[in-house]
This record gives sequence, structure tokens and C-alpha cells, in this order.
Amino acid sequence: MAESVVEFVNVNKTFGDFRAVRGISFHIEKGEFFSILGPSGCGKTTTLRLIAGFEHPDEDGGQVRLHGDVVNKKRPYERQLAMVFQSYALFPHLTVEKNIAFGLEMRGTPKAEIPGRVREAMDMVRLDATNFARRLPAQLSGGQRQRVALARALVLRPSILLLDEPLGALDLKLRKEMQLELKTLNRELGTTFIYVTHDQEEALTMSDRIAVMSEARIAQLGTPAQIYECPRTPFVAKFIGESNFFEGKATGRSGDCWRVEGSGGAFDVPAENGVTQGADVIVAVRPEWLDVCAPDAVPAGENAIAGTVRDVIYLGETLHVLVDLPGERTVTVAVRNEGQLARPLAWKKGDRAAVAWKPEDCQVLELGDA
Amino acid sequence: MSGGPSVRQRVLGWFHERPTATAWALLAPGGLFLLVFFVAPLVIMFGYSFMERGLYGGVEAGFTLEHYAAFFQPLYLTILLRTVVMAVSTTLICLALGYPVAYTIARAGRFKNALLFLVILPFWTSFLVRTFAMIFLMRDSGLINSLLVKAGLVEEGITMLYTPFAVMAGLVYGFLPFMILPIYSSLEKLDLTLLEAAEILGAPPRARFFRVVLPLSMPGVVAGSLLVFIPALGSFLSSDLLGGAKQILVGNLIQNQFTSARNWPFGSAASFVMMVLVVIAVGIYLRVRDADEAREA
Repeated sequence: MAESVVEFVNVNKTFGDFRAVRGISFHIEKGEFFSILGPSGCGKTTTLRLIAGFEHPDEDGGQVRLHGDVVNKKRPYERQLAMVFQSYALFPHLTVEKNIAFGLEMRGTPKAEIPGRVREAMDMVRLDATNFARRLPAQLSGGQRQRVALARALVLRPSILLLDEPLGALDLKLRKEMQLELKTLNRELGTTFIYVTHDQEEALTMSDRIAVMSEARIAQLGTPAQIYECPRTPFVAKFIGESNFFEGKATGRSGDCWRVEGSGGAFDVPAENGVTQGADVIVAVRPEWLDVCAPDAVPAGENAIAGTVRDVIYLGETLHVLVDLPGERTVTVAVRNEGQLARPLAWKKGDRAAVAWKPEDCQVLELGDA
Repeated sequence: MSGGPSVRQRVLGWFHERPTATAWALLAPGGLFLLVFFVAPLVIMFGYSFMERGLYGGVEAGFTLEHYAAFFQPLYLTILLRTVVMAVSTTLICLALGYPVAYTIARAGRFKNALLFLVILPFWTSFLVRTFAMIFLMRDSGLINSLLVKAGLVEEGITMLYTPFAVMAGLVYGFLPFMILPIYSSLEKLDLTLLEAAEILGAPPRARFFRVVLPLSMPGVVAGSLLVFIPALGSFLSSDLLGGAKQILVGNLIQNQFTSARNWPFGSAASFVMMVLVVIAVGIYLRVRDADEAREA
């Protein structure tokens, strides 16, 4: 069994009247790339700061454990962690090499070892030591500062590295590059990475597991595929990727499916999701799992709701067909672009069309969470 | 009807094409003021310092270096030394008292402005009046002594007034805000994330202060020290009123030359010696600090 390096047991954190973190529990395994994802104000940064020790849980507010020990009251400098800050927080009065050496000095690394370790860390983040070692942070570009911040953390050879939206300030190209580098470092060093971000794509790309947070709680925790393909709540379905929602009441069971009837039409959902007779049901279907077809040519066994094409949007890799359905709803269908010049799409604005999907491709969601 | 550009447009156009002339024009009012009321008196003083002493004050024509020579006699050098010791001590005490105050204000959140207001509040009253107030506090039958006697801590009042202690107290009191304000302004700009970064890198509170907070507030410390040291070196009011003119400072010496002693050339010479000393001292101070920074880097 894998070793838990971080464990939260029913942790609560309150600031005045504001409950920043409400009874969250999870554990992070050694070597994992673990992301905490959520919109601003969801409690993800507080969660990271609880691990770091900048915040402490409320009295009787659960337990934070590092390597099995309860560390609720331990100060950050006693925790042997490393962290990369969103603003990098490089010491402006110290050169790059002094910045990187700071943690080693504080932790009593023998003086003779320090230059070698600093050099090694700079190599690790691909910063040229001869060129950069003696520069001040003010003389570096954003991307270079980012690397120094990373080197300053990695030089400590931490077992756990905390990253607070470290790529937020970089441009898109550099960000993609750093995402891959971080993932590689995580694999090669065996260090546990705990990564806070509000960028769902970033979390999906890099993580082994993702904790999606919403309103101070963990809405869902799982692998990127579990989160994307089986969102548990409407919030998760909306926040990660795009989703179309269909709702209604369960009216009867036939075989493996429940029949759900709503104001906008009827459809079938898989029966294994704990649906009961008469229950309100809401399902999410990803745009790429929907299809557009003629209302009279729906493939056998598929759900279909007829409507009118409102618009077709050209995105390059895909086309989005927006279809207006009864009940003033518009759903998005993603269609692979097979070349609009050679093989133009058969649908255009104003056409009558049905959206269709296989019952097993819709995800029944838990209610009671926007 | 419109016949060409207006006068105003032509003037503005002329300046627009000549940025250097514009700069001079903007500098002229302030520059002229300084020339008349700062540079000219200095030049006159410098001239006086080489002239003969007039019998009833003022100067008489001639050229002599005797006033400069006179200043470097043991009597005056003792005064000079005493003044330097006093100014350095004032600076150090202000630093020791002012830094924690500045630090507290910088972290005081919504009370920041109220506390800053309290720091500058004394400026609303003249320094002379405040110095008299200190006399009432510190004299033998003053407030401090009567409280001490009432509390049974001392049998009879301690002599504070007209001692070096009183002079020092007056100087520290008078110059403390000049130490607090620049240190506050550099601490206020300090990014608190840096402290968190230091903390997670393993720095306990002491190390965070000496390795991060103090180095980053050095510009404020340097500015504050200069703002206290330089005027303390030339001060005369505190030693006059609180020290009872018993142990005079260079400031008193110079003041006396222009008033009761009526030796303007000597007063001018002493002023210039002091100015040169200040410039040298500040130069060394800044040099040492820069070297420190270079070593740190």
C-alpha cells in the first residue's frame, strides 16, 4: 500500500465568521502529483496554507498530518516542506545563488556542500549558473524568476513540494512548457507535488489526482479521467470542461434504464446510479458525446431531443453546433472538423435537427449543489 | 476669422520644440530662490570666515586663516568630540526606540494612519515650547520627580535637568519622528510573502528579521540615521535649555559667536568645519553601507 505523506482528517478552518475550509478529509500519497482545483474563494489556497503551516486548523477542527504525525500547531519552519509562491517571493536583496542557498543555510547544511547543491538545483530547472548565479531577481524575466523560485524549493530535496498557482503569471507558451517540466520533475525526483490552481486544463494535464473544491468543501476527488468523465455534481460538470444538462423525473424502469421525463423531452439514463421512482434527475452530457442528426433518423437505442440549429461555430479542431431545444435551452454539440472546404457540415443555422446520445454516455448527477 | 496661431499657441509651440529650455524654465523659480537664500549666504559666510573680526560684530576686510587654526585647539576639539558623541548616541537611541515603533505601525492595519498621526503630532507645536515642557517634566520638583517621590521609589527628587541626560532626552525626543517615518515607509513596502517564503525555507523568527526584514529596511534606516544625525550635530536648543549651557555643543559655540561673542569670522569658520565634517561622515557612512550591500550580494 502506498504511503500517505499528507492526511487531512475532517479539517475545519474559520476566519472570523468566514468558514474557509469545512470538514475536509483526504490523503495524498508519496510521489503523487496532487492538484487542488477550484474557483477563487473556494478554499484551495487555505487548504495549501494549512499543509504549509501558515494557517492552523480551528480548535477541535480536525487533524492535519504530515508523514503520519499530527502537525496542527507546528510552525512552517518546523515542517521541512518547500513551496513555490504565486508571486515567486524571491528575496530582492539577494542574488539568484543566495536566494537558492537561503533554505540550505537555514536548515544547517554544511557550508562546503552549499555551492554544489545550488549548482545542481540550477541545472535541474535549466538555469545557466555562469550567467544567472550573480544576478538579482530584478534583473530576470518572469520565466527566469519562476525557475529560480522552483530551484530555491527543489534544492532542499523536499519530500513534499507545495505549488501555489506557480504558472499564473507566465504567458501561454511558457506555461505549457513549464507544465511538462514540472510533471517530469515530479516523476524523476519522486517528490510529492501538491499543486493549487484555478485552471482546469492545467490540472487535467498534470495531475495524478485532482481534488475539486467548491464553497470550502471537496466537491469531488479523483483521477483526471474520473473527474472529467464522471463528474458527481453539476458544479464539477460545469467547472471542468463544458457540459450540457438535461433534467426531469424518473417515471419508470425498463431493463437497465430509467425513463426520465422532463419539460424539454424524455430520455433514458443508466439504472445503476441510485435513481428511484419519481425522483428528480439531472444528467450531464459532454458536447463531444452528443451528436446532431435529422429528427427522423435517430440511431436506434439513443436518446434524442429535437430542436433548431441556432448557430455553427468554427473552432479549428472542432465545430460547435448550438441547438435550441424546447424549454428555452441551448445545448452545445462538438463535432470533429473533417474539413469545411472539402466536406462541409450538413447543418446550418435554422435547420431542424435533433441532438442524440447513448444512455450510457450521460452522467447522473447529485442534486443540491449548484 | 482666424489669422495664424495665437500668442499662447506660439509660446507653447516654442517650448514644445525645446525640451532643455522647458526644463530650465521650470527649474528657474526654485533655483532662483535657492540661489538667493541658500547659495549666496553660504558664499558670504565662506568669505567671512577668512576676514578679520569686527570690534562690534560684523567683519573687517583682510585675509587670515587664524579662525580655522583657532578651531583646532584642544578647547574646541573637546566640544567637537562631545558633539559627535552626543549626535551618534542620539542616532543610536532613536534607532533603537524608533525601529520597533515603525515596525508596529507598518503592521497596524487600520490603525496605521491614526498612529502615524500621533508620530507627527508634536510638529504642531514649536520645538521651543516642547523643550520648555520638558523642563517642567524633568526639574527637581517636576512631574517625574514628584511621581517618583509619591510612589516611594526615591527619597527626594533626582537631578535630571541641566545634566547630559536631559540634553540627550531632549535630542532623542525632538528627532525620533525623523527616524520613525523613513523606517516606517520602507517597512510598509515590505512584501509579507517574503517572510512566508523565508519561514517555509526554515527560517525561525530571528533569522527572518536579520536576514530579510532588516536588510530590506536598510534604506529607511540609512535615511532616518542621516535625518537624525545631521541636525543633532548642529543642534543647540536642547543643550542650551535642558543642559543649562553647562556643556556646550558646537551648535551653541557657533550661535554664541554670532551673538554674545561677536566673532562672526570664527563662527563662520566653525560652521564650515562642521559642514565639511558632516559631508565626510555621511560619505563614509554611505560608502560602508554600499560595501556591506556589495558583500551581501
